[in-house]
Amino acid sequence: MYGKADAVSLTLFLIQCLNGLQYGTLLFLIAAGLTLVFGVMGFINLAHGVQYMVGAYLVFAFQQLTGNFFVAVVLSLVAALLLGLLLEYFVFRHLYGRDHLDQVLATFGIIIFLNELAKVIFGPGTLSIEPPEVLSGSVQLTEQLRYPVYRFVTILAGLAVAVLLYITVTRTRVGMLIRAGATTPEMVSALGVNIQRLFMIVFGVGAMLAGFAGVIAAPIFAIEPGMGDNILIIAFVVIIIGGVGSIRGAFLGALMVGLFDTVGRTLLTEGLEVVFPPSFSNQVGPALASMLIYILMAAVLVVRPQGLLPAKGAH
Amino acid sequence: MNVLEIRNLNKHFGAVHVSRNISLSVPDGQCHALIGPNGAGKTTLIHQISGVLQPDAGEVVLAGQNITTKKTWQRAQAGLGRTFQLTSVLPSFSVLENVALAAQAKSGSSFRFFRPAAREKDLNETAMAMLERLGMKERAFVPATDLSHGERRLLELAIALAGAPRFLLLDEPMAGLGRVESVMLIDILADLRRSIPMLLVEHDMDAIFQLADTVSVLVDGKVVAQGGPDHVRNDPAARAAYLGDTAQ
Amino acid sequence: MRMDRSLLVMALVFVLLLAAPFVLPPLGQSYLLSLLIKAMLLAIAAISLDLLVGQGGMISLGHAAFVAIGAYTAAIGLESGIENILVLLLLALLVSGLCALVTGALALRTTGVYFLMITLAFGQMIYFTLTSLAPYGGDDGLTLWSLATFFGSDVVQGSGQLYLIILLTLLASWWGVQRLSNARFGRVLRAARDNPDRTEIMGFSIFRFRLTAYVIAGMIAAVSGLLTMQHAEFVSPAMAAWQRSGDLLVIVVLGGLGTRNGALLGALFLVIVEEVLGSFLHEWRLIYGPLLVLMALHAKGGLSHLLFPANRTEKAGVTRVNGEQA
Repeated sequence: MYGKADAVSLTLFLIQCLNGLQYGTLLFLIAAGLTLVFGVMGFINLAHGVQYMVGAYLVFAFQQLTGNFFVAVVLSLVAALLLGLLLEYFVFRHLYGRDHLDQVLATFGIIIFLNELAKVIFGPGTLSIEPPEVLSGSVQLTEQLRYPVYRFVTILAGLAVAVLLYITVTRTRVGMLIRAGATTPEMVSALGVNIQRLFMIVFGVGAMLAGFAGVIAAPIFAIEPGMGDNILIIAFVVIIIGGVGSIRGAFLGALMVGLFDTVGRTLLTEGLEVVFPPSFSNQVGPALASMLIYILMAAVLVVRPQGLLPAKGAH
Repeated sequence: MNVLEIRNLNKHFGAVHVSRNISLSVPDGQCHALIGPNGAGKTTLIHQISGVLQPDAGEVVLAGQNITTKKTWQRAQAGLGRTFQLTSVLPSFSVLENVALAAQAKSGSSFRFFRPAAREKDLNETAMAMLERLGMKERAFVPATDLSHGERRLLELAIALAGAPRFLLLDEPMAGLGRVESVMLIDILADLRRSIPMLLVEHDMDAIFQLADTVSVLVDGKVVAQGGPDHVRNDPAARAAYLGDTAQ
Repeated sequence: MRMDRSLLVMALVFVLLLAAPFVLPPLGQSYLLSLLIKAMLLAIAAISLDLLVGQGGMISLGHAAFVAIGAYTAAIGLESGIENILVLLLLALLVSGLCALVTGALALRTTGVYFLMITLAFGQMIYFTLTSLAPYGGDDGLTLWSLATFFGSDVVQGSGQLYLIILLTLLASWWGVQRLSNARFGRVLRAARDNPDRTEIMGFSIFRFRLTAYVIAGMIAAVSGLLTMQHAEFVSPAMAAWQRSGDLLVIVVLGGLGTRNGALLGALFLVIVEEVLGSFLHEWRLIYGPLLVLMALHAKGGLSHLLFPANRTEKAGVTRVNGEQA
């Protein structure tokens, strides 16, 4: 019999699915920049996570300054791009083609520096901002289902960026250069293209994607020093699953991880509750759920080490 | 007895049929040369013999043992030695240590954690003997990265030989060598082939005609001619393949 | 002559470390002792990481997790009533060895950057597993009310005695890894680092050698973890954080990758710098971060290179004329 309880848990399940989708699109924004930079420059940017954090802090600061969320978003994107370009010019440019160890060390140093800077400027505590008035409240999706407008909008924004990226990479000249630069950089520069400028563009795009992710995540998650570190590792899991250097792979991987993590968390906790007392399942459930995505990663590694949608002929 | 036997080897790269029903065999004491224009699929064949690639169909048999599905290192342990087209040595190791390591691979387990390997007399002696045979004894303690191109080719060979192989796979050993060095290497190989059978991929026709007992001509993944060097020289299919090719 | 110099310095360092617990307290510098303990514990873990990175060329960003596994295995053992330090040691080795075997077998299906990311992810996974251990403190960690004993005696407790045990363990791991590097095993590992294809063609299964190194390194790190637990009387999931793994990597590079004394020098240097910088400036990381960047961009070879300048032939792994490794 279809009762009220079933309707409620179905609604809950759907909300979790939407949350998973939202988390997934956020992950995609972060992973896309990461995989792009690695695919084209062979550069492993551990500092990508702090660029995400910087985006969140920027939107907080600009919001405080201007009082307008949307203005703050635009300013934050510009600032994030500037910061990314500065980092590229002074540090990262000298690391392309270098030992991976050097790259790890340098980006590690930047993470430590920026995390500390955030702590110094904004304090070690957690900050929060509210979503703008026009995007607050909930939208009624079905008879039973209400979902926060802001979260819904972030899903749409993420998907829009995904489509934009896809079109850029596959249809435009720049995109073609990016794909070519990833496979044969010597050829591309032999054709007269300024490879240094191309790399700069790619890095700038990556920085903006990370910053944008931080900006839209700010009203949802807590803003604090070190917030980029954990999500960076999840982004790594995403690109391992999807295939390093592949944007389609990042998309698939991000959605999989987002859904797996969010829905899996709920399902696992509820599943455990059937057998074990709530005190146990409330503790063990989330912990097991955290492990889920790593188990997923391990499974992909065993079955298909190159990832689910690997980039063709990239590094 | 055939030391190396390749039966009906087939390989596709997507829709392209890169190895078409290739068969050849090399008995003891013989040198078998593989020639063909660029893109014929020689390197692909070498990769399938040494284990870098897996054939879609067919068999690779070494001294009676079917090694078609075995990994690279297992084939080496089974007695397959190989030199690379692009010289590949251990740059931070000395010349001697390069060769000693190759000998170490065939001298019991390397899962030993206490005795300093550099002091193992028999490994060093085997390595020295190998270097002497190739005229490289004075360079024994030079880091491999400091060698000239010709010396590196010889080191490659020393490494392959130190493993006491049952069969040698030589991928363009003459590449990049000057006249004098080529002559020396040809002499060494001529000497070697009676004790260790070999499959030689080459473009240098001098080397081919001095060393090869049998020649296979590979064109578009297929063996179009197979036989003694003179026979192949006059074979119409082989000549057609080389028209316009400046391999000489 | 140069080789003797580096050995001489090592001997000197060990003598100083040995003298410290007798010399420092009368001078009122007992705090320095705890710093030295911290450095030594880090050095043990760093030595094991150098086996992976310096000898094997496997850059792992998840090594701190094995330190944590050692610490937690011992802590859980203690809480479950197992007091004997030797039994706890055995357990720590077993558990860490098993974890290393499983994660290593998966991670070593890849190389380079992929390997880096996977070790990072596995380290994180272990971190989360530790935070989920509610009965053992969860996120907050666990304070230990009783420590390990040596067949009932408390000779393995307390800063003074423990200091010597830790020094001994440091000596043992340093010596052990040295032997290992010069032995057949180390040679194959280094060859695989320099030219994996060539090494495979010679007849070595690189996977097997690397996995063995990974397990050995994991176990040595676990020993460091057990001793850390015994000293700090506290364990926490933060021990497995990837920032700790990063610190270990910094130590190894700072000291000199693949050199015989790099790990120890790097650990000492880092602990001292952190202490000195930290006493001047609370936000010392604002300086430390850019320092790392500069080091990555410019300083090749680390401290060992500075103290014992080597010419090209003495890079790690080249056999010297008399057969010793540089």
